[in-house]
Amino acid sequence: MARKTTATREAITTVAAWTIGFLIFFPILWIIILSFKSEGDAIKTPLAVLTSDWTLHSYAEVQERSNYARHFWNSVVLSLGSTIVALVIAIPAAWSMAFVPGKRTKDLLMWMLSTKMMPAVGVLVPMYLLFRDFGLLDSRIGLVGVLTLINLPIVIWMLYTYFKEIPGEILEAARMDGANLRSEILYILTPMAVPGIASTLLLNVILAWNEAFWTLQLTTSNAAPLTQFIASYSSPEGLFYAKLSAASTMAIAPILILGWFSQKQLVRGLTFGAVK
Amino acid sequence: MGQITLSAVTKTFGDVNVIPPLDLSINDGEFVVFVGPSGCGKSTLLRLIAGLEDFSSGKIMIDGKDATDAPPAQRGLAMVFQSYALYPHMSVRKNIAFPLKMAKLSQAEQDKKVDNAARILNLTNYLDRRPGQLSGGQRQRVAIGRAIVREPAAFLFDEPLSNLDAALRVTMRQEISELHQTLKTTMVYVTHDQVEAMTMADKIVVLNAGRIEQVGSPMELYRTPANLFVAGFIGSPKMNFITGAEAAKHGCHTIGVRPEHIEVAPGGIWQGTVGLAEHLGSDTFLKVRTETVGELTVRVSGEMNLHHGDRVSLGPQPGKIYRFDENGKASA
Repeated sequence: MARKTTATREAITTVAAWTIGFLIFFPILWIIILSFKSEGDAIKTPLAVLTSDWTLHSYAEVQERSNYARHFWNSVVLSLGSTIVALVIAIPAAWSMAFVPGKRTKDLLMWMLSTKMMPAVGVLVPMYLLFRDFGLLDSRIGLVGVLTLINLPIVIWMLYTYFKEIPGEILEAARMDGANLRSEILYILTPMAVPGIASTLLLNVILAWNEAFWTLQLTTSNAAPLTQFIASYSSPEGLFYAKLSAASTMAIAPILILGWFSQKQLVRGLTFGAVK
Repeated sequence: MGQITLSAVTKTFGDVNVIPPLDLSINDGEFVVFVGPSGCGKSTLLRLIAGLEDFSSGKIMIDGKDATDAPPAQRGLAMVFQSYALYPHMSVRKNIAFPLKMAKLSQAEQDKKVDNAARILNLTNYLDRRPGQLSGGQRQRVAIGRAIVREPAAFLFDEPLSNLDAALRVTMRQEISELHQTLKTTMVYVTHDQVEAMTMADKIVVLNAGRIEQVGSPMELYRTPANLFVAGFIGSPKMNFITGAEAAKHGCHTIGVRPEHIEVAPGGIWQGTVGLAEHLGSDTFLKVRTETVGELTVRVSGEMNLHHGDRVSLGPQPGKIYRFDENGKASA
């Protein structure tokens, strides 16, 4: 039996949902507000902040002081690059786990996921030394590698879940029809899993775009993405809230817009397979 | 061409022996039906022939060539799956053309063959649709179309009609039989439905727990079942089995009488009461509780007006009693 919903009950839930949504979004909103204030106004009491004058001064100054375009481009290269490399590795890996599982496949999946539970700082020193010795410090290639590796378990897990939903008989039919492994993955599996692959791609781009541990530790300027761009405005000499907020807004805007337009795909992707 | 020979084939999954050593030969152009209860290994056997499962031991020869280690695509066989296994993201045309694309045929040749198959299967008007927009019967035809265009040495059907409703099943059954008459290609067909087996097959292979119980034409199996299993499995309603004193009179352990071979007439050797009468129109199936030989199923003409509680006298038709020894084997 469907649960009865009264008008009051619906009103309460609606208000509660909007309140929670607003609370979650508030820090981002506050950053956006601060970015349109002068440095002096930005440190006033909240009420005074809201009533003070609006200005684009911080944006102009941020543009002058640092190269937004370069950081933005690095973020694009790192997030897209690491996602594509991860997909190229994860699609065959998830295929084999979903369709020709061995005795230890489940254990392997759990083990892969468990690596995500390890604190990244635990391997900072060896990673740093490896990067130094291979000349990868502050290079895009090195960071693409690291971002690929840290997100690979999630990408494989997500694709594995999607692939499990595809009936094995269809792949067997393709095999009977003369498809070799490559054709099977290319013409049958991948097109059938497009919605799944798309949401995996989106999620991974977002995770890679927001990754702020390795990108801060292993880059300085050449390969520095937007996370480094934000961090450069928080210095030991003191915080410049307005400029920091302007930089942050510029850094998160692209991914926020991407997330906004693809939210349907993302939600579908994250809940896929949860309900048959 | 389409001769398939299996010799000493076995299949084990872990510790479970699904197919004990099995020999079978399928002649070119034959319509062979594998029939048996669920879990008897008939689908596994078909998948072994297709190459979708590896043999645990044994050998398969297709048209005289050893195909034991050949991958599915190189065996020259085409398979129609129970779930149709169509490619949902491709149009009907692309579905049917897929094996041709894999064989790297030119676009012109692909089109020609697809159009030809579509004509045979009445799919010409549906070529641009996706499988999701088709009915069950049409999907099944697309699956068959995809098999036809490969011009295979043999077709393998894995319970292809079990997802269709009863009426459509009869139509598709006839269509597949007609297709066999037209193409004259070897067909291996798996079903658990003995009506399908009887109506379609040139040769039926009755399987039970991975073993072949009997191989023969439908009428051979009906007339001379090799054992109790085949006698009970082939024929609908199922054969009546009687043991004890009545069987001893015939010098055997068990006797079998088919429901259609029992006559309801005064002076019969068995007396009983009608428990249930199922009126099918042309026929009526009676469940009769007899005083001496237990419950018997009897098939009588639909014209005969019998109901629950009626007293009847039954007798087997002369020469229509099957005799089985204590091991269940048919005895002369």
